[in-house]
Amino acid sequence: MTAPTTAGTRTQPAESPCLRMRTLPVGDHGLLVELDSGEAVEALHAELLRRAAAGRLPATREIVPAARTVLIDGLAEPERFAAELTGWDIPPAARSGARTLEVPVRYDGPDLADVAELWGVTPEEVVRIHSGTEFRVAFCGFAPGFGYLTGLPERYHVPRRATPRTRLPVGSVALAGPYTGVYPRSSPGGWQLLGTADAVLWDASREPAALFTPGTLVRFVPQPFDPHPEATQ
Amino acid sequence: MTDRAFAVVRAGALTTVQDLGRAGHAHLGVPRSGALDADAHRLANRLVGNGPEAATLETTVTGCAIRMRSAVTVAVTGAPCPVTVDGRPAAWGAPVHVPADALLEVGTATYGLRSYLAFAGGIEAEPVLGSRATDLLSGLGPAPLTDGAVLPLGTPGAPVPAADAVPHAGPARELVLPVRLGPRDDWFTEAGLRTLLTGVWRVSSASNRIGLRTEGPSLERARDGELPSEGMPLGAVQVPPNGLPVLFLADHPTTGGYPVIGVVRESALPAAAQAAPGTPVRFVRAHSGA
Repeated sequence: MTAPTTAGTRTQPAESPCLRMRTLPVGDHGLLVELDSGEAVEALHAELLRRAAAGRLPATREIVPAARTVLIDGLAEPERFAAELTGWDIPPAARSGARTLEVPVRYDGPDLADVAELWGVTPEEVVRIHSGTEFRVAFCGFAPGFGYLTGLPERYHVPRRATPRTRLPVGSVALAGPYTGVYPRSSPGGWQLLGTADAVLWDASREPAALFTPGTLVRFVPQPFDPHPEATQ
Repeated sequence: MTDRAFAVVRAGALTTVQDLGRAGHAHLGVPRSGALDADAHRLANRLVGNGPEAATLETTVTGCAIRMRSAVTVAVTGAPCPVTVDGRPAAWGAPVHVPADALLEVGTATYGLRSYLAFAGGIEAEPVLGSRATDLLSGLGPAPLTDGAVLPLGTPGAPVPAADAVPHAGPARELVLPVRLGPRDDWFTEAGLRTLLTGVWRVSSASNRIGLRTEGPSLERARDGELPSEGMPLGAVQVPPNGLPVLFLADHPTTGGYPVIGVVRESALPAAAQAAPGTPVRFVRAHSGA
Protein backbone atom coordinates (compact mmCIF):
# COMPACT_ATOMS: atom_id res chain seq x y z
CA MET A 1 0.00 0.00 0.00
CA THR A 2 1.15 3.51 -0.71
CA ALA A 3 -0.06 6.85 0.50
CA PRO A 4 -3.28 8.06 -1.03
CA THR A 5 -2.50 10.51 -3.77
CA THR A 6 -5.91 12.04 -4.36
CA ALA A 7 -7.83 14.47 -2.22
CA GLY A 8 -11.25 13.72 -0.78
CA THR A 9 -10.47 10.31 0.62
CA ARG A 10 -13.49 10.50 2.90
CA THR A 11 -15.78 10.19 -0.11
CA GLN A 12 -13.72 7.40 -1.61
CA PRO A 13 -13.91 4.57 0.90
CA ALA A 14 -11.95 2.29 -1.43
CA GLU A 15 -8.86 4.38 -0.73
CA SER A 16 -7.84 4.10 2.91
CA PRO A 17 -7.05 7.40 4.61
CA CYS A 18 -4.69 5.63 6.97
CA LEU A 19 -1.02 5.29 6.19
CA ARG A 20 0.68 2.04 6.99
CA MET A 21 3.01 2.92 9.82
CA ARG A 22 5.49 0.93 11.86
CA THR A 23 6.58 2.57 15.07
CA LEU A 24 9.97 1.75 16.57
CA PRO A 25 11.26 2.82 19.99
CA VAL A 26 14.06 5.41 20.09
CA GLY A 27 15.33 5.64 23.65
CA ASP A 28 12.96 6.50 26.49
CA HIS A 29 11.26 9.45 24.81
CA GLY A 30 11.42 8.93 21.07
CA LEU A 31 9.59 7.15 18.28
CA LEU A 32 10.74 6.37 14.78
CA VAL A 33 7.75 6.07 12.48
CA GLU A 34 8.56 4.07 9.37
CA LEU A 35 6.41 4.53 6.26
CA ASP A 36 6.19 2.98 2.81
CA SER A 37 7.16 5.96 0.69
CA GLY A 38 8.53 9.46 0.63
CA GLU A 39 4.98 10.71 -0.07
CA ALA A 40 3.71 9.00 3.07
CA VAL A 41 6.54 10.62 5.08
CA GLU A 42 5.50 13.97 3.64
CA ALA A 43 1.85 13.37 4.58
CA LEU A 44 2.65 12.34 8.17
CA HIS A 45 5.13 15.21 8.62
CA ALA A 46 2.53 17.72 7.35
CA GLU A 47 -0.06 16.26 9.73
CA LEU A 48 2.35 16.48 12.70
CA LEU A 49 3.03 20.15 11.91
CA ARG A 50 -0.69 20.88 11.51
CA ARG A 51 -1.45 19.29 14.86
CA ALA A 52 1.47 21.08 16.52
CA ALA A 53 0.26 24.44 15.14
CA ALA A 54 -3.26 23.72 16.40
CA GLY A 55 -1.97 22.75 19.86
CA ARG A 56 -3.15 19.16 19.37
CA LEU A 57 0.25 17.47 19.60
CA PRO A 58 1.94 16.50 22.87
CA ALA A 59 5.16 18.41 23.59
CA THR A 60 8.12 17.26 21.46
CA ARG A 61 11.75 18.28 21.23
CA GLU A 62 12.41 17.38 17.59
CA ILE A 63 10.38 16.22 14.60
CA VAL A 64 12.81 15.02 11.93
CA PRO A 65 11.49 13.76 8.59
CA ALA A 66 13.89 11.67 6.50
CA ALA A 67 13.77 9.32 3.51
CA ARG A 68 11.27 6.73 4.85
CA THR A 69 10.86 7.77 8.47
CA VAL A 70 9.85 10.55 10.80
CA LEU A 71 11.70 10.75 14.13
CA ILE A 72 9.65 12.27 16.94
CA ASP A 73 11.80 12.89 20.01
CA GLY A 74 11.09 14.35 23.42
CA LEU A 75 7.71 12.68 24.02
CA ALA A 76 6.66 12.19 27.65
CA GLU A 77 4.72 9.02 26.78
CA PRO A 78 5.97 7.57 23.49
CA GLU A 79 4.06 4.26 23.75
CA ARG A 80 0.79 6.06 24.29
CA PHE A 81 1.52 8.41 21.40
CA ALA A 82 2.38 5.46 19.13
CA ALA A 83 -0.99 3.87 19.88
CA GLU A 84 -2.80 7.15 19.21
CA LEU A 85 -0.90 7.76 15.97
CA THR A 86 -2.09 4.58 14.30
CA GLY A 87 -5.68 5.81 14.54
CA TRP A 88 -5.03 9.14 12.82
CA ASP A 89 -6.82 10.04 9.61
CA ILE A 90 -3.95 11.50 7.58
CA PRO A 91 -4.71 13.20 4.26
CA PRO A 92 -2.08 13.24 1.53
CA ALA A 93 0.20 16.27 1.72
CA ALA A 94 -1.37 19.13 -0.21
CA ARG A 95 0.82 20.70 -2.85
CA SER A 96 -1.71 22.89 -4.61
CA GLY A 97 -1.32 26.47 -3.51
CA ALA A 98 2.19 25.90 -2.18
CA ARG A 99 4.70 28.41 -3.47
CA THR A 100 7.55 27.07 -5.57
CA LEU A 101 10.94 28.51 -4.76
CA GLU A 102 12.90 29.39 -7.90
CA VAL A 103 16.66 28.94 -7.59
CA PRO A 104 18.83 30.32 -10.43
CA VAL A 105 21.62 27.90 -11.41
CA ARG A 106 24.59 28.15 -13.74
CA TYR A 107 24.80 24.65 -15.19
CA ASP A 108 28.58 24.77 -15.46
CA GLY A 109 29.44 21.81 -13.18
CA PRO A 110 32.43 19.55 -13.95
CA ASP A 111 30.28 16.39 -13.88
CA LEU A 112 27.64 17.55 -16.37
CA ALA A 113 29.16 15.41 -19.15
CA ASP A 114 29.40 12.33 -16.89
CA VAL A 115 25.78 12.72 -15.80
CA ALA A 116 24.75 13.13 -19.46
CA GLU A 117 26.49 9.84 -20.22
CA LEU A 118 24.82 8.08 -17.27
CA TRP A 119 21.45 9.38 -18.40
CA GLY A 120 22.16 8.61 -22.07
CA VAL A 121 21.37 12.15 -23.18
CA THR A 122 23.28 15.30 -24.18
CA PRO A 123 24.46 17.80 -21.52
CA GLU A 124 21.86 20.27 -22.88
CA GLU A 125 19.17 17.66 -22.23
CA VAL A 126 20.45 17.21 -18.65
CA VAL A 127 19.92 20.93 -18.08
CA ARG A 128 16.46 20.79 -19.68
CA ILE A 129 15.37 17.76 -17.64
CA HIS A 130 16.85 18.97 -14.34
CA SER A 131 15.47 22.50 -14.66
CA GLY A 132 12.14 21.12 -15.86
CA THR A 133 11.65 19.03 -12.71
CA GLU A 134 9.66 20.18 -9.72
CA PHE A 135 11.67 19.18 -6.69
CA ARG A 136 10.59 18.91 -3.09
CA VAL A 137 12.82 19.17 -0.03
CA ALA A 138 12.26 15.69 1.40
CA PHE A 139 14.46 16.27 4.43
CA CYS A 140 17.57 18.07 5.68
CA GLY A 141 20.80 16.75 7.14
CA PHE A 142 24.56 16.53 6.55
CA ALA A 143 24.97 20.26 7.30
CA PRO A 144 22.70 23.10 8.45
CA GLY A 145 20.57 24.07 5.46
CA PHE A 146 21.48 21.07 3.29
CA GLY A 147 18.26 19.69 1.81
CA TYR A 148 17.75 16.32 0.15
CA LEU A 149 15.53 17.18 -2.84
CA THR A 150 13.44 14.51 -4.55
CA GLY A 151 11.59 14.68 -7.83
CA LEU A 152 13.84 13.14 -10.50
CA PRO A 153 12.40 9.94 -11.99
CA GLU A 154 14.24 6.77 -11.02
CA ARG A 155 15.92 6.41 -14.43
CA TYR A 156 17.85 9.61 -13.67
CA HIS A 157 19.22 8.43 -10.33
CA VAL A 158 23.04 8.37 -10.37
CA PRO A 159 25.73 6.87 -8.13
CA ARG A 160 28.12 8.96 -6.09
CA ARG A 161 31.53 9.57 -7.61
CA ALA A 162 34.02 6.79 -6.89
CA THR A 163 36.43 9.30 -5.34
CA PRO A 164 34.86 12.12 -3.33
CA ARG A 165 36.22 15.60 -3.91
CA THR A 166 37.97 17.12 -0.92
CA ARG A 167 36.32 20.49 -1.48
CA LEU A 168 33.08 21.45 -3.21
CA PRO A 169 32.45 25.17 -3.65
CA VAL A 170 29.57 26.93 -1.85
CA GLY A 171 26.36 26.71 -3.87
CA SER A 172 27.33 23.52 -5.73
CA VAL A 173 24.23 21.90 -7.22
CA ALA A 174 24.81 18.16 -7.14
CA LEU A 175 23.20 14.76 -7.67
CA ALA A 176 23.49 11.43 -5.84
CA GLY A 177 21.07 8.53 -5.74
CA PRO A 178 17.52 9.86 -5.92
CA TYR A 179 18.56 13.27 -4.56
CA THR A 180 19.60 16.72 -5.70
CA GLY A 181 21.32 18.95 -3.15
CA VAL A 182 22.83 22.42 -2.97
CA TYR A 183 25.87 22.80 -0.71
CA PRO A 184 25.28 25.61 1.84
CA ARG A 185 29.03 25.91 2.43
CA SER A 186 32.26 24.53 1.11
CA SER A 187 32.76 20.92 2.17
CA PRO A 188 34.06 17.57 0.96
CA GLY A 189 31.56 15.57 -1.08
CA GLY A 190 31.08 12.70 -3.49
CA TRP A 191 28.03 13.99 -5.34
CA GLN A 192 27.99 14.68 -9.10
CA LEU A 193 28.30 18.43 -9.74
CA LEU A 194 25.86 19.92 -12.23
CA GLY A 195 26.31 23.60 -11.55
CA THR A 196 26.37 26.47 -9.11
CA ALA A 197 23.67 28.53 -7.38
CA ASP A 198 24.19 31.94 -5.77
CA ALA A 199 21.20 31.60 -3.43
CA VAL A 200 22.02 31.93 0.28
CA LEU A 201 21.09 28.46 1.56
CA TRP A 202 21.82 29.23 5.18
CA ASP A 203 21.67 32.51 7.09
CA ALA A 204 21.49 32.15 10.86
CA SER A 205 20.02 35.66 11.19
CA ARG A 206 17.10 34.76 8.90
CA GLU A 207 13.87 33.04 10.01
CA PRO A 208 13.93 30.26 9.04
CA ALA A 209 17.71 30.17 8.76
CA ALA A 210 17.51 27.47 6.07
CA LEU A 211 16.23 28.37 2.59
CA PHE A 212 15.30 24.73 2.05
CA THR A 213 13.00 23.46 4.80
CA PRO A 214 11.28 20.06 4.60
CA GLY A 215 8.31 20.28 2.23
CA THR A 216 9.57 23.30 0.24
CA LEU A 217 8.96 22.99 -3.51
CA VAL A 218 11.94 24.00 -5.64
CA ARG A 219 12.54 24.64 -9.31
CA PHE A 220 16.02 25.33 -10.71
CA VAL A 221 16.15 28.08 -13.34
CA PRO A 222 19.06 27.91 -15.81
CA GLN A 223 21.15 31.08 -15.95
CA PRO A 224 23.51 32.05 -18.75
CA PHE A 225 27.13 31.32 -17.89
CA ASP A 226 28.80 34.46 -16.76
CA PRO A 227 32.55 34.90 -16.65
CA HIS A 228 32.04 37.43 -13.83
CA PRO A 229 29.67 35.67 -11.42
CA GLU A 230 29.79 38.52 -8.90
CA ALA A 231 28.03 40.70 -11.47
CA THR A 232 24.98 38.43 -11.63
CA GLN A 233 21.87 38.88 -9.48
CA MET B 1 31.07 51.07 33.61
CA THR B 2 33.69 48.38 33.78
CA ASP B 3 34.70 46.36 30.77
CA ARG B 4 33.10 43.02 31.60
CA ALA B 5 35.24 40.65 29.58
CA PHE B 6 38.23 38.33 29.67
CA ALA B 7 41.18 37.80 27.37
CA VAL B 8 42.44 34.33 26.48
CA VAL B 9 46.07 33.84 27.49
CA ARG B 10 46.28 30.07 26.84
CA ALA B 11 43.41 28.51 24.92
CA GLY B 12 44.37 24.92 25.77
CA ALA B 13 43.83 21.84 23.59
CA LEU B 14 40.21 22.66 22.80
CA THR B 15 38.16 25.19 24.73
CA THR B 16 34.68 26.08 23.51
CA VAL B 17 31.75 28.18 24.65
CA GLN B 18 28.84 25.93 25.64
CA ASP B 19 25.34 26.16 27.01
CA LEU B 20 22.32 23.84 26.82
CA GLY B 21 22.50 23.78 23.01
CA ARG B 22 20.01 24.45 20.24
CA ALA B 23 17.55 21.55 20.32
CA GLY B 24 14.54 21.89 18.03
CA HIS B 25 16.36 22.54 14.74
CA ALA B 26 17.35 18.98 13.79
CA HIS B 27 14.88 19.07 10.86
CA LEU B 28 17.08 21.79 9.32
CA GLY B 29 20.22 19.68 9.75
CA VAL B 30 21.31 21.59 12.86
CA PRO B 31 22.93 19.48 15.61
CA ARG B 32 21.80 20.08 19.17
CA SER B 33 25.31 20.85 20.46
CA GLY B 34 25.71 22.19 24.03
CA ALA B 35 27.84 21.12 27.02
CA LEU B 36 28.84 17.46 26.79
CA ASP B 37 28.76 17.11 30.57
CA ALA B 38 25.50 19.00 31.04
CA ASP B 39 25.42 18.21 34.78
CA ALA B 40 28.80 19.87 35.32
CA HIS B 41 27.76 22.86 33.20
CA ARG B 42 24.59 23.34 35.28
CA LEU B 43 26.48 22.98 38.54
CA ALA B 44 29.12 25.53 37.54
CA ASN B 45 26.37 28.00 36.70
CA ARG B 46 24.55 27.35 39.96
CA LEU B 47 27.74 27.97 41.95
CA VAL B 48 28.02 31.52 40.50
CA GLY B 49 24.30 32.34 40.67
CA ASN B 50 23.48 31.86 36.96
CA GLY B 51 20.57 30.07 35.40
CA PRO B 52 21.42 26.79 33.62
CA GLU B 53 21.18 28.45 30.19
CA ALA B 54 24.15 30.78 30.81
CA ALA B 55 27.18 30.06 28.61
CA THR B 56 30.28 28.51 30.19
CA LEU B 57 33.67 27.39 28.88
CA GLU B 58 34.21 23.70 28.23
CA THR B 59 37.92 22.78 28.33
CA THR B 60 39.49 19.56 27.08
CA VAL B 61 42.14 17.84 29.23
CA THR B 62 44.67 20.69 29.35
CA GLY B 63 42.45 23.48 30.73
CA CYS B 64 43.03 27.11 29.78
CA ALA B 65 44.25 30.43 31.17
CA ILE B 66 42.46 33.76 30.95
CA ARG B 67 43.03 37.29 32.22
CA MET B 68 40.01 39.02 33.71
CA ARG B 69 39.30 42.60 32.63
CA SER B 70 36.89 43.05 35.52
CA ALA B 71 36.33 41.42 38.90
CA VAL B 72 34.05 38.41 38.58
CA THR B 73 33.01 35.32 40.51
CA VAL B 74 33.82 32.08 38.72
CA ALA B 75 33.49 28.36 39.41
CA VAL B 76 35.18 25.33 37.86
CA THR B 77 33.44 21.93 37.76
CA GLY B 78 33.51 18.77 35.64
CA ALA B 79 36.92 17.15 35.39
CA PRO B 80 38.78 17.97 38.66
CA CYS B 81 41.89 20.11 38.08
CA PRO B 82 44.11 22.63 39.82
CA VAL B 83 42.67 26.16 39.76
CA THR B 84 44.91 29.17 40.40
CA VAL B 85 44.43 32.94 40.55
CA ASP B 86 47.68 34.82 39.88
CA GLY B 87 49.50 31.59 40.70
CA ARG B 88 47.81 31.06 44.08
CA PRO B 89 45.71 27.90 44.51
CA ALA B 90 41.97 28.46 44.46
CA ALA B 91 39.03 26.13 44.97
CA TRP B 92 37.68 23.69 42.40
CA GLY B 93 33.93 23.09 42.61
CA ALA B 94 33.24 26.27 44.58
CA PRO B 95 32.72 29.97 43.83
CA VAL B 96 36.03 31.86 43.50
CA HIS B 97 36.29 35.64 43.43
CA VAL B 98 38.76 36.78 40.78
CA PRO B 99 39.88 40.43 40.90
CA ALA B 100 40.24 42.58 37.79
CA ASP B 101 43.52 42.01 35.86
CA ALA B 102 44.15 38.68 37.63
CA LEU B 103 45.25 35.59 35.71
CA LEU B 104 42.88 32.66 36.18
CA GLU B 105 44.31 29.26 35.30
CA VAL B 106 42.34 26.06 34.86
CA GLY B 107 45.00 23.34 34.96
CA THR B 108 45.29 19.91 33.39
CA ALA B 109 42.53 17.52 34.47
CA THR B 110 43.52 15.16 37.29
CA TYR B 111 41.04 12.70 35.83
CA GLY B 112 38.16 13.02 33.41
CA LEU B 113 38.40 15.10 30.24
CA ARG B 114 36.28 18.23 30.35
CA SER B 115 36.19 21.00 32.94
CA TYR B 116 33.56 23.74 32.96
CA LEU B 117 34.31 27.34 33.86
CA ALA B 118 31.29 29.50 34.69
CA PHE B 119 31.32 33.27 35.18
CA ALA B 120 28.69 35.22 37.15
CA GLY B 121 26.62 36.79 34.37
CA GLY B 122 27.67 34.18 31.77
CA ILE B 123 29.60 34.60 28.53
CA GLU B 124 27.87 37.03 26.17
CA ALA B 125 28.93 35.54 22.83
CA GLU B 126 26.58 36.12 19.89
CA PRO B 127 23.74 33.55 20.00
CA VAL B 128 22.92 31.49 16.88
CA LEU B 129 19.39 30.04 16.79
CA GLY B 130 19.03 30.92 20.46
CA SER B 131 22.22 29.25 21.67
CA ARG B 132 25.82 30.29 22.26
CA ALA B 133 27.12 26.72 21.96
CA THR B 134 30.05 25.97 19.66
CA ASP B 135 29.02 23.18 17.30
CA LEU B 136 32.15 21.53 15.92
CA LEU B 137 30.28 19.40 13.36
CA SER B 138 28.62 22.24 11.50
CA GLY B 139 30.65 25.26 12.63
CA LEU B 140 27.76 27.16 14.24
CA GLY B 141 28.29 29.36 17.29
CA PRO B 142 31.47 31.04 18.53
CA ALA B 143 34.80 29.75 17.24
CA PRO B 144 36.85 27.61 19.65
CA LEU B 145 39.02 29.83 21.85
CA THR B 146 42.33 31.06 20.49
CA ASP B 147 45.14 32.82 22.32
CA GLY B 148 44.48 36.55 22.44
CA ALA B 149 40.72 36.33 21.87
CA VAL B 150 38.52 38.56 24.05
CA LEU B 151 35.09 37.35 25.16
CA PRO B 152 32.47 39.62 26.76
CA LEU B 153 30.66 38.72 29.96
CA GLY B 154 27.07 39.43 30.95
CA THR B 155 25.91 41.28 34.01
CA PRO B 156 25.18 39.04 37.00
CA GLY B 157 21.46 38.88 37.59
CA ALA B 158 21.37 37.34 41.02
CA PRO B 159 23.68 37.54 44.01
CA VAL B 160 26.14 34.67 44.17
CA PRO B 161 24.77 32.11 46.65
CA ALA B 162 26.52 31.48 49.93
CA ALA B 163 29.53 29.17 49.87
CA ASP B 164 28.60 25.95 48.18
CA ALA B 165 31.04 23.22 47.32
CA VAL B 166 30.86 19.84 45.67
CA PRO B 167 32.90 16.71 46.31
CA HIS B 168 34.78 14.86 43.57
CA ALA B 169 33.07 11.69 42.51
CA GLY B 170 36.45 10.02 41.93
CA PRO B 171 37.71 8.58 38.67
CA ALA B 172 35.41 6.10 36.96
CA ARG B 173 36.93 2.60 36.60
CA GLU B 174 34.61 1.87 33.72
CA LEU B 175 31.88 3.54 31.75
CA VAL B 176 28.55 1.71 32.08
CA LEU B 177 25.98 2.85 29.54
CA PRO B 178 22.30 1.90 29.99
CA VAL B 179 20.97 1.34 26.49
CA ARG B 180 17.46 0.80 25.22
CA LEU B 181 17.47 -1.40 22.12
CA GLY B 182 16.04 -0.01 18.89
CA PRO B 183 15.11 1.34 16.48
CA ARG B 184 17.35 -0.90 14.30
CA ASP B 185 18.27 -3.77 16.64
CA ASP B 186 16.66 -6.10 14.06
CA TRP B 187 19.61 -5.35 11.75
CA PHE B 188 21.79 -7.43 14.10
CA THR B 189 21.96 -11.15 14.82
CA GLU B 190 21.14 -12.65 18.21
CA ALA B 191 24.88 -13.06 18.68
CA GLY B 192 25.41 -9.39 17.78
CA LEU B 193 22.83 -8.26 20.36
CA ARG B 194 24.36 -10.57 22.97
CA THR B 195 27.77 -9.12 22.24
CA LEU B 196 26.40 -5.60 22.73
CA LEU B 197 25.11 -6.48 26.23
CA THR B 198 28.05 -8.63 27.34
CA GLY B 199 31.11 -7.28 25.52
CA VAL B 200 33.67 -4.82 26.83
CA TRP B 201 35.04 -2.03 24.64
CA ARG B 202 37.54 0.70 25.31
CA VAL B 203 37.04 4.41 24.61
CA SER B 204 38.93 5.19 21.42
CA SER B 205 41.24 8.19 21.18
CA ALA B 206 39.33 9.12 18.00
CA SER B 207 36.40 10.22 20.20
CA ASN B 208 35.31 13.85 20.14
CA ARG B 209 32.26 16.07 20.75
CA ILE B 210 30.46 14.34 17.88
CA GLY B 211 30.76 10.83 19.17
CA LEU B 212 32.44 8.47 21.60
CA ARG B 213 34.13 5.86 19.43
CA THR B 214 35.02 2.43 20.74
CA GLU B 215 37.56 -0.32 20.19
CA GLY B 216 36.62 -3.92 20.92
CA PRO B 217 34.35 -6.66 19.62
CA SER B 218 32.49 -6.16 16.38
CA LEU B 219 28.68 -6.48 16.34
CA GLU B 220 27.43 -9.04 13.85
CA ARG B 221 24.85 -7.75 11.38
CA ALA B 222 21.83 -9.83 10.36
CA ARG B 223 21.44 -7.97 7.10
CA ASP B 224 23.61 -6.14 4.62
CA GLY B 225 22.71 -3.21 2.53
CA GLU B 226 22.16 0.42 3.20
CA LEU B 227 19.58 2.01 5.41
CA PRO B 228 17.95 5.13 3.93
CA SER B 229 19.02 8.19 5.95
CA GLU B 230 16.96 8.65 9.10
CA GLY B 231 16.85 10.95 12.09
CA MET B 232 19.12 10.14 15.02
CA PRO B 233 18.77 11.40 18.59
CA LEU B 234 21.36 12.31 21.18
CA GLY B 235 22.71 9.09 22.73
CA ALA B 236 22.14 7.00 19.60
CA VAL B 237 24.51 4.02 19.33
CA GLN B 238 25.24 3.78 15.64
CA VAL B 239 27.07 0.82 14.16
CA PRO B 240 29.09 1.55 11.02
CA PRO B 241 30.23 -1.30 8.73
CA ASN B 242 33.25 -2.10 10.96
CA GLY B 243 30.78 -3.25 13.65
CA LEU B 244 32.19 -1.00 16.40
CA PRO B 245 29.52 1.00 18.24
CA VAL B 246 29.73 4.80 18.18
CA LEU B 247 27.84 6.69 20.90
CA PHE B 248 26.55 9.99 19.52
CA LEU B 249 27.19 13.03 21.71
CA ALA B 250 25.99 16.65 21.48
CA ASP B 251 27.52 17.61 18.09
CA HIS B 252 26.22 14.49 16.30
CA PRO B 253 24.78 14.63 12.77
CA THR B 254 20.99 14.87 12.72
CA THR B 255 20.50 12.08 10.17
CA GLY B 256 22.55 9.05 9.22
CA GLY B 257 22.48 5.91 7.15
CA TYR B 258 24.00 3.30 9.48
CA PRO B 259 21.73 1.34 11.80
CA VAL B 260 21.18 2.60 15.35
CA ILE B 261 21.16 -0.53 17.53
CA GLY B 262 20.04 1.30 20.65
CA VAL B 263 19.91 4.61 22.48
CA VAL B 264 21.82 5.39 25.68
CA ARG B 265 19.89 7.11 28.43
CA GLU B 266 20.64 10.84 28.56
CA SER B 267 21.49 10.71 32.28
CA ALA B 268 24.53 8.55 31.40
CA LEU B 269 25.98 10.99 28.86
CA PRO B 270 27.83 13.26 31.34
CA ALA B 271 29.90 10.23 32.40
CA ALA B 272 30.56 9.43 28.73
CA ALA B 273 31.79 13.01 28.28
CA GLN B 274 34.42 12.42 30.97
CA ALA B 275 35.61 8.94 29.90
CA ALA B 276 39.24 9.14 28.82
CA PRO B 277 40.59 7.06 25.93
CA GLY B 278 41.27 3.52 27.14
CA THR B 279 38.45 3.52 29.71
CA PRO B 280 36.52 0.21 29.56
CA VAL B 281 32.96 0.63 28.24
CA ARG B 282 30.01 -1.72 28.81
CA PHE B 283 26.43 -1.47 27.63
CA VAL B 284 23.67 -2.72 29.92
CA ARG B 285 19.99 -3.01 29.17
CA ALA B 286 18.13 0.09 30.40
CA HIS B 287 15.11 -0.78 32.49
CA SER B 288 12.08 1.10 31.27
CA GLY B 289 10.45 3.69 33.41
CA ALA B 290 13.40 5.58 34.88
